[in-house]
Amino acid sequence: MVKKYIKKVTSALSAAVFFTTIILPGNLFAQSKETQYFSVPSSRVGPYSAMGTGYYGAQIDYMNYVNATGGVNGVMLTWQECETEYNAAKTVECYQRLMTKDGQKMVVFDTLGTPGAYAVINRMAEDKVVLAQYGYGRTDAADGTVWPWVFNAASSYWSQIAVKLRWMAELEGGGPEKLKGKKIVHLHIDTPYGREPLPTMRRLAKEWGFILVEIAIAPPGLEQQSQWLQIRQEKPDWVTFWGAGSGMNSTAMTNAARVNFPRTKMMYVTFGGAEEDMIPAGESANGTYVVSNALPGKNYPLIKNIQEKVYKAGKGNMADPNRVGTAYYNRGLGASIMWVEALRNAQKMHNKVGKAVNSEEFRAGYEAINMTDARMKELGIGGMLAPFALSCSQHEGAGKFALMQWDGKAQAFKKIKDWTGPNDPVAIRAQIVESAAKYAEENKITPKKCS
Amino acid sequence: MNESVLFFFEVLVGGLLSGTMYSLVALGFVLIYKASSTFNFAQGAMVFFAVLSFCGFMEYGMPFGVAFFAVVLLMILVGLLTERLVLRPLMNQSEDTVLMATIGLGFVLEGLAQAKWGVEVRKLSLGIGDFPIPWIADNLKLFISALDLTAGLVAFVMIALLTLLFKYTKIGLGLRAVADDPGAASSIGIPLKHIMLLVWSAAGVVALVAGMMWGARAGVQFALIELALKALPVLIIGGFSSIPGAIVGGLLVGAVEKVLEVYIGPYFKGGIEAWAPYMLSILFLLYRPEGLFGEKIIRRV
Repeated sequence: MVKKYIKKVTSALSAAVFFTTIILPGNLFAQSKETQYFSVPSSRVGPYSAMGTGYYGAQIDYMNYVNATGGVNGVMLTWQECETEYNAAKTVECYQRLMTKDGQKMVVFDTLGTPGAYAVINRMAEDKVVLAQYGYGRTDAADGTVWPWVFNAASSYWSQIAVKLRWMAELEGGGPEKLKGKKIVHLHIDTPYGREPLPTMRRLAKEWGFILVEIAIAPPGLEQQSQWLQIRQEKPDWVTFWGAGSGMNSTAMTNAARVNFPRTKMMYVTFGGAEEDMIPAGESANGTYVVSNALPGKNYPLIKNIQEKVYKAGKGNMADPNRVGTAYYNRGLGASIMWVEALRNAQKMHNKVGKAVNSEEFRAGYEAINMTDARMKELGIGGMLAPFALSCSQHEGAGKFALMQWDGKAQAFKKIKDWTGPNDPVAIRAQIVESAAKYAEENKITPKKCS
Repeated sequence: MNESVLFFFEVLVGGLLSGTMYSLVALGFVLIYKASSTFNFAQGAMVFFAVLSFCGFMEYGMPFGVAFFAVVLLMILVGLLTERLVLRPLMNQSEDTVLMATIGLGFVLEGLAQAKWGVEVRKLSLGIGDFPIPWIADNLKLFISALDLTAGLVAFVMIALLTLLFKYTKIGLGLRAVADDPGAASSIGIPLKHIMLLVWSAAGVVALVAGMMWGARAGVQFALIELALKALPVLIIGGFSSIPGAIVGGLLVGAVEKVLEVYIGPYFKGGIEAWAPYMLSILFLLYRPEGLFGEKIIRRV
């Protein structure tokens, strides 16, 4: 019996040795091929999953697409996923877990959540990892002299709120003077993300003379009855809504309907402005305005190529392929396109074309991103983003947004206004620089000199 | 009537009506607690699982009634499997062990539901409007929707049915015996298995009804699980093993949290309804730990 067993084991072992010798050369070849590792701290389960599946699904689809078309100058992209559930504590855990893979250190981290970004932001300079806050997160990180490792590209929340207020004035038929004496409710989730735009809003309320009423909603935000009763009593002219998670976002519209507040007087934040947020609200969503930093749509050549090269090959990451081209998907695409652009720049800048780069080189490449209209056309996303360029001090990007409105009949967004910046971008920048300087002083950071 | 008084009434009525929704969820917890003296942490997941499956079946093209019946069968199956795979092996273990097992069961149900039906928020239309009824809005100046009234009515009917079941049937009597002392109950021939199956199935059906009410208002989604945990303060206030307690506790929590949010909330920059019910329940734990309707348990050494 024992003999028989030993015989079995030996034959199994010898077979294993045989196969490894045959497979080994292939393995060696695969290892000799250059790879670049990216981290994907996704949020696919929990209240924020509609956002996470779309955003991170697009990033993985794009990396698959890049690999299917020969990589970045032959460098293949690898990645590793970790589930954060949009939870700050779990984001920190994922940050540590994703730090290295196969001996390669991650070069960029993208939390897709302001609470998560705040949880790791102070480590970036020490760990030398780029924190790519794609249209979310800590705003004064847009000052690259204090935050060399953190970016707020695809535009900060301060620019976003300023643009929103500009549009409100325009829809009232003029400039900032049209908001004088008007009442605006900032209805927000009670987290750092919900409170992030407040400094700029309070300043503009003073300068433009509108009355600002701040009303918070406890997460996860399914219950908004008392808040909407307050709104009914306040009778505001506009509501800027700053919610998170499709459940909270759609509930705001159904509650607005319950108190007869017109949806055409509500303007949603970028992270409430997606198909997944509108559809569950049904008819109540009709007419709601939303802000966009990466326009949805399936007609971009890149999307068509992804459908062709990734989805037809059965490698698509979206469980429902119909979600390719939605707002959250295209935003994830915008974010991962920047990674790849940064990698391409870094290879070129450091004479490493066709080779992997380290995080310092990647950071320099990220700072060198120049997304012109012509470059976006080459990439197959002409018009999807506002053109922008980053630099040593400028970590925000365009600071521009587009306005869309939900058309309930067509179950789609209609673009109302093209890429627009704040009335006074200089003042926003000054506020960013001031806030960053204060942070630098408190934390004894010597700002970097940018020539 | 003075406008501010009217507004207070509106907030209060709104709170009471959303309180009935809490009561519906809390009922499911009470059922399980009555049978096994355990806070069933999986109840929130059961709400999510049931109503998401209901939406899924409707998407397959089943008519409303058929889908409802199918989910009832499904929840009975869940009850059956829970009894067979979780509760029976843990028979005669401490209550804490069963409590931990319900947490695990919750994760399994959450995962299964999302794996099968996806993660998107779904719209559930019951054909009942969730906008102010014009007659009430015009004459009483209160904004109350048909869905509010339906939820209240459904909660009332469920309570009536469950009270009858517990008070006036043999099953109810057996259940109370099991809750008191499972060993003694089974020794005199009360079929423990059947009672457990019945209770878990009933809790499943209650979960489905609660999920449908919440789903119609806020969309069918993962956050319903977190919402269901509001039942904890409801039960601490009302008493864990009392059906009327779940109702009164729910109404109290709903009314208090909405009134506090509107009148005290602004001083805290809002969002206080997330913790206000827990503060209230701490007061109860200090001064009346058995809750309003709970049984005072005296243990002698």
